Amino acid sequence: MTTPLAGYLLVAALLFAIGLGGALVRRNAILVLIGIELMLNAANLNLIAFWRFGPHPEALTGMMFAIFSIAVAAAEAAVGLGLVIAIYRHTNTAELDKIDRMKG
Amino acid sequence: MIATPWATNPFFVNLDQIFVLLRNWLVGFLPAALRPAAGVLLGVIAIVCVFPGLFALTTVFERKGLGRIQNRIGPNRVGPYGLLQPVADGIKSLTKEDIVPLRANAVVHFLAPLVLVVTVFMGFAVLPMGRNMVLVDMDAGLLFFFAMGAATELSVFMAGWSSRNKYSLLGAMRAVAQMISYEVVLLLSSVAVVMITGSLSLPKIVAAQNTYTGVFPHWYIFTPWGLAGFLMYAIAATAETNRSPFDLPEGESELVAGYHTEYSGFKFALFFLGEYLAMFSISGLGTTLFLGGWSAPFSFLTWVPSWIWFFGKVMMSIFVFIWMRGTLPRLRQDQLMNFAWKFVLPFTLLNLLVTALWRFMGEGWARWVVCSVILIAAYVVMGRLEMRSEHFGRRRYRYAE
Amino acid sequence: MRTLSPIFYLLAALTLAGGLATVLLKQLVHCALAVTVAFAGLALLFLQLDAQFAGFAQILVYIGAVAILIVFAILLTRGSDLPKDGVFSRSWPLGLVIAAGVFAVLGWAVLASVGAVPQQNTVPAVTVHDIGDALVGRYVLPLEIVALLLTAATIGAVIVAMHEKERPR
Repeated sequence: MTTPLAGYLLVAALLFAIGLGGALVRRNAILVLIGIELMLNAANLNLIAFWRFGPHPEALTGMMFAIFSIAVAAAEAAVGLGLVIAIYRHTNTAELDKIDRMKG
Repeated sequence: MIATPWATNPFFVNLDQIFVLLRNWLVGFLPAALRPAAGVLLGVIAIVCVFPGLFALTTVFERKGLGRIQNRIGPNRVGPYGLLQPVADGIKSLTKEDIVPLRANAVVHFLAPLVLVVTVFMGFAVLPMGRNMVLVDMDAGLLFFFAMGAATELSVFMAGWSSRNKYSLLGAMRAVAQMISYEVVLLLSSVAVVMITGSLSLPKIVAAQNTYTGVFPHWYIFTPWGLAGFLMYAIAATAETNRSPFDLPEGESELVAGYHTEYSGFKFALFFLGEYLAMFSISGLGTTLFLGGWSAPFSFLTWVPSWIWFFGKVMMSIFVFIWMRGTLPRLRQDQLMNFAWKFVLPFTLLNLLVTALWRFMGEGWARWVVCSVILIAAYVVMGRLEMRSEHFGRRRYRYAE
Repeated sequence: MRTLSPIFYLLAALTLAGGLATVLLKQLVHCALAVTVAFAGLALLFLQLDAQFAGFAQILVYIGAVAILIVFAILLTRGSDLPKDGVFSRSWPLGLVIAAGVFAVLGWAVLASVGAVPQQNTVPAVTVHDIGDALVGRYVLPLEIVALLLTAATIGAVIVAMHEKERPR
């Protein structure tokens, strides 16, 4: 690895791929949501790394982006998990391939 | 400010700084490169020794105090006045068999008490326990403290879930729901202090309160918003540490012992230690935020070493915890939740507004009147309204009346 | 600092191991605990990048709130019982291929272009005070929007997950 920045970016890319893989291969809706959270976190790591090694850290752009992204991710998790619970109440399962009907 | 000449007497100045001087003297034996690390290490060792010692004393104090309240004597067999009781308890818990339930999740079951104790200990790192006596003076110290506090919730869940016991799981879910609800209040009541001080660093918050008018200090509890914030903080702290009257997660009559039902021996002792340490750290934070931290209550008492004031204030809060445990009956789960979300949280939010008002009305007596009137009016109106609602007020018995 | 410190490798390994365990473990509660490890590793990586505020915010929000939410959702949907027909979907090889492809593209893009990005290695002197000033100064509009979003999300989540009224049978 040539520079510190590349190291952080590669870790973020790998974490993103893991999250994407999790969201694609798991059957449980909650695990899919966790996968999406991992992807968001990987993006945050990128933002912080660019802020740290970028030319203008005092402008705080990357840092602010990451902080707002953390706040939005919290909201996303709350709504997503609320939806999973509502679907579970309705269909008695949280397995995604059993929820394949458009009719309730 | 009226100060006594003793405050500048070198003997008392040295006594005030005795631990700092001791650390510097010990670190002085090492090569210069190792000194910062060794200083931190000594601080960690001091924290790891002092607070468990305090915990041992507190257990005796609590049992004695509860005994007094319940008109009995309390432990008096081991040592003079039962003072060696914690030693006996310690030997007992160390030699007891460590039982792990057959279908339990052994790894998680093992990790839960460790996670609890470690995260609780981390919280002490940012508490200023005396003049110049803070382990790490972090810029975002308050945030660090709350981040560590948030991590303890997970250990409670781990303990309850891994035990494979319905009482454990129910107790853990109750505890987590309760801690999350009251954590919001805890954070928001502290934000008021941050709004006035303009800093998240705890030593700076203490420094902002360490001034005097006449002989009286400028502690935040002596302002309308500070008093309201402190009361909300105290309620939330009691709930956060699962103390009576908010000790539903461990309600013996319904849940055996809550999330640590399936723990015995040393692991149980760790949970016990973690609970008391959490009490110390949350009292320490309350002291720092509202009660002036290590500053003296009167300007003519500034010669008394600062650490005596800090630990004295913490022990006073512990005494109040014990007093409440001996006095108040336990709440019901729905009362607990309704109390958090319908009374404490709105009141804390209002307190934030009042704090902003206080900040921008400037010096003078007008802000004292306005802020007090708003808070008292809100308290009366909300109290009246909520006592009338059936979820919250007196319990109505459907068949018995 | 031209090279990466050993601490970075340790934290990266911790984070990635947590992420992998999340995706691969069978028991859902174990997945939730593993993802907590990944979140904690990321928070430590943020701290290592001198982003103290973001690191603590990450611990507070992700470990203190999101992980607990996930755990509650798992228990409310009876997710702690193992499903009979496996935890992976039938089309898992396809998912794996897509994920590997995405990583290959991202990794190639990073390695090919990172040399062109200007880099500075001095530690940025940013205090919490600066972040606060920026939040209510230059970034006040996003802050207000996030406040609105969080309010909407809270109300929405409560309404979505609220008990349905008992239907007359």
